[in-house]
Amino acid sequence: MKIAVLVKQVPDTETKIKTKADGSGIEADGVKYIVGPYDENAIEEAIKTKEKNAGSEVTVISLGPVRSVEAIRTALAMGCDKAIHIDDENSNPDAYVTAKALAKVIADKGFEIVFTGKQAIDQDNSQVTQQVAEFLGWPQVMLVEKLEIAGGKATATRRVSGGKEVYEVPLPAIFGCEKGLNTPRYASLPGIMKAKTKPVETLKLSAEKGDAQPKVVLSNFRLPPEKAPGRMIAGDAAAQVKELVRALREEAKVI
Amino acid sequence: MEPNSPFTPEHELFRKTVRDFAEKDLLPHKEKWEQERGFPKEVFKKAGDLGILGVCFPEEVGGSAGDWWFKVVFCEEIIRCKMAGLAMDLMVQADISTPIISYLGTEEQKREFLIPALKGDKIAALGITEPGCGSDVANITTRAETQGDDYVISGAKTYITNGGRADFITLAVRTGGPGYQGISLVTFPTDTKGFAVGKKLEKLGNHSSDTALLFFENCRIPRRYVIGEENMGFVYIMKNFQGERLVAAVTSIAGSELTLGETVRYCQERKAFGKRIIDYQVWQHKFAELATQIEAGKRLNYHAVSLFQAGIECSKEVSMAKLFACDLAQRVAYDCLQAHGGAGYMEEYDLARFARDIRLMTIGGGSSEIMKEIIVKKMKWTR
Ligand SMILES: Cc1cc2nc3c(=O)[nH]c(=O)nc-3n(C[C@H](O)[C@H](O)[C@H](O)COP(=O)(O)OP(=O)(O)OC[C@H]3O[C@@H](n4cnc5c(N)ncnc54)[C@H](O)[C@@H]3O)c2cc1C
Repeated sequence: MKIAVLVKQVPDTETKIKTKADGSGIEADGVKYIVGPYDENAIEEAIKTKEKNAGSEVTVISLGPVRSVEAIRTALAMGCDKAIHIDDENSNPDAYVTAKALAKVIADKGFEIVFTGKQAIDQDNSQVTQQVAEFLGWPQVMLVEKLEIAGGKATATRRVSGGKEVYEVPLPAIFGCEKGLNTPRYASLPGIMKAKTKPVETLKLSAEKGDAQPKVVLSNFRLPPEKAPGRMIAGDAAAQVKELVRALREEAKVI
Repeated sequence: MEPNSPFTPEHELFRKTVRDFAEKDLLPHKEKWEQERGFPKEVFKKAGDLGILGVCFPEEVGGSAGDWWFKVVFCEEIIRCKMAGLAMDLMVQADISTPIISYLGTEEQKREFLIPALKGDKIAALGITEPGCGSDVANITTRAETQGDDYVISGAKTYITNGGRADFITLAVRTGGPGYQGISLVTFPTDTKGFAVGKKLEKLGNHSSDTALLFFENCRIPRRYVIGEENMGFVYIMKNFQGERLVAAVTSIAGSELTLGETVRYCQERKAFGKRIIDYQVWQHKFAELATQIEAGKRLNYHAVSLFQAGIECSKEVSMAKLFACDLAQRVAYDCLQAHGGAGYMEEYDLARFARDIRLMTIGGGSSEIMKEIIVKKMKWTR
C-alpha cells in the first residue's frame, strides 16, 4: 500500500509566543519547533498500517519553510521510509492553497491512504484534511480514535458528544487522527541513524499550487489579553457558595 | 545553536527520545520503584529497543555506532526520570560492564553476553569491589585457579550494582601473583554452580538500584571466558574506567543544572518577610555562583569528551572532569536544599532524593581522592 502522512512543523506548546512589533506575524526568534502533536499520532498510524500490510511504504509530506525538514527527519527517524518537502518559499499559505498543493502531490504520486493530525496546533484551523479530501474527491473521517483496514475498506470510529460514530469508507481515503488513536513511538537511535540516508524530495509550492489564490489573508497578530489570576474562596461549602454568587453578581456581573 | 556545537540534528532527535523515555515511561513510577528498591526488568528491554544501551557500540553487536556526544545526550536526559539508581543500573549495563567485551571479547563472548545485554535481554554487572578492597583495585583477592580448561573461582564481591539479578558479571579475579599484574577479567554467567547472591544492600540513596553482596564458592567456568589476555585485567579495568568516569561527570553536571533550575523556580514562588526568596541578593549571588561553576564544569566535561572521542589519551582530563563535576554536585545539592528550607528535607520535593542520590558520585567509579591521585601522577610533579 502507498501510504502518506501529512505533518506540519509547529511551535512547541511550551514556547512563549511573541508577536512582531508591527503585528505582521510571530517573532521567529527563540521559538522551538516540534512536529504537531496530533501529527505524531498520524505518523504512528501510518507506520502501524505499513507494518500490518507487507510491502507497504510510508511517505511523509510536509509543506512549510525550509526548517520543516527537521519535522520530516523526526518522522523518518520514527520509521517513515521517504519524504517530500514542499517548500512554501516563506509565503505562509492559507489552508486553501496548502490543501490544493497537497492534493496535487498526493494525486501525482498515487497514494492510497493518507493520514493527518486532526489539526495543526499553531493556527488550529482544522481545515486542510477536509479540503484535501474535497479536491481529491476522497472520503474523509476526522477525529479518528480507532481504525481498521481490510479488503480495500476502512472502518473508522470517532467520538461525538454522547457516543461514537462508526464510518465505513472505501479507499483511497484520508483520516484526521485524534490523540486516543494510538501512542506515538519514540524514534529509536538506530531509526535516527537510518533516517540520515532516507531520501527527501523537494518540491516548490509555487509549482504545485497551480493557480490557487489564498482565500484568507492574515493581516494582524495580537496576543489575547492576560488572564487575571484566579481567586480562592475560603470557608465551608455554604459560605463559599454565598461568596461565589455574590462575586459573580457584583464583581464579574455575569449573573 | 552556538557555533561549534558538537550536537547535530540527530543528537537532538535522540535527546527527545531519551527525554520522552525518562519523563513519560519512567518518572511516573518514581515513588513506587524507589520504595520497592527496584524496577521491572522490562525497563532494560525497552531501553534496548530504543537503542539506548548500544549507543556507541558497533553495529555488528547491535549498537548504533554513535559518537560519544550521543552518550552525553543520554546522560543529560536520563536524569529526568529522577531515579539516579535506575539511571545507574542502565549505565552499568551499557557503559560500565560491557564496553570491554566489545573491545576485547571473543565472538562467543559477544554472542553470549554482549549482544543480549545491548538488547536488554540479559542484565550485566561489573564485579571489582570486594569486602576487603575498593579503591585499591590491584589488591583484590577473589581467586581463579586454573584447572585444565577451566577456572575455579572463589571469593566475594560487594556493592555490585545490578548484582542481585545480573545474568552475567564482568568479573575481576586473581589469576596470577599479587599486585596488579595478577588480575584478569572474565565473563561470569550467574547460573554457575556455587554462585550466590547475599542480601540486597540497603543504601543511603539510589534506592531504585539493585546493589548486592555476591559469593563465589568453587565456581567453575571455562578459561575461554577470560576477556582479552590473562593477567592484563588491571590495565583493562583502568581503560574501562574512562568511559564510566565521563558518564559520572556528565550526569553530575546535568543533575546539578536541573536541580538549580527547579530551585530557582521554587524561590520565585516562595515568600518570606514579604519578599520572594529569589529577591534576596544573598540567594541571587549564590545561584549566580553555582550557575557559573556548572557552566565551567560542563565545558571541562565537553573538553574531556572531545579528547576521548578523538582517541587521545586523556585520563588527566577525565579525572579532572569527574573530580570537579562530582564535587560541585555536592555543593549544588547542599545549597539548593538550603534554599528550599524545610521543604528541601521533605520527600515531597525532589531535593531530598537528589541530595542523597548525588552523594555517591564522589565515591563510586573512583573516589575524588583517587581522581586527585591520578591527576598528581599525570602532572609528574613528584618525579
Ligand atoms: C551504590 C554503589 C554502587 C557500586 N557499584 C559497584 C559496582 O557495580 N561494581 C563495583 O565493582 N563496585 C561498585 N561500587 C564500589 C565502589 O566502586 C567503591 O565503593 C569505591 O571504589 C571506593 O572503594 P571503597 O568503598 O572500598 O572505599 P575505600 O577504598 O575503602 O576508601 C575509603 C576512603 O579512603 C579514601 N582513599 C582510598 N585510597 C586513597 C588514597 N590512595 N589516598 C587518599 N585517600 C584514599 C577513599 O577516597 C575513601 O574516601 C559501588 C559502590 C556504591 C556505594
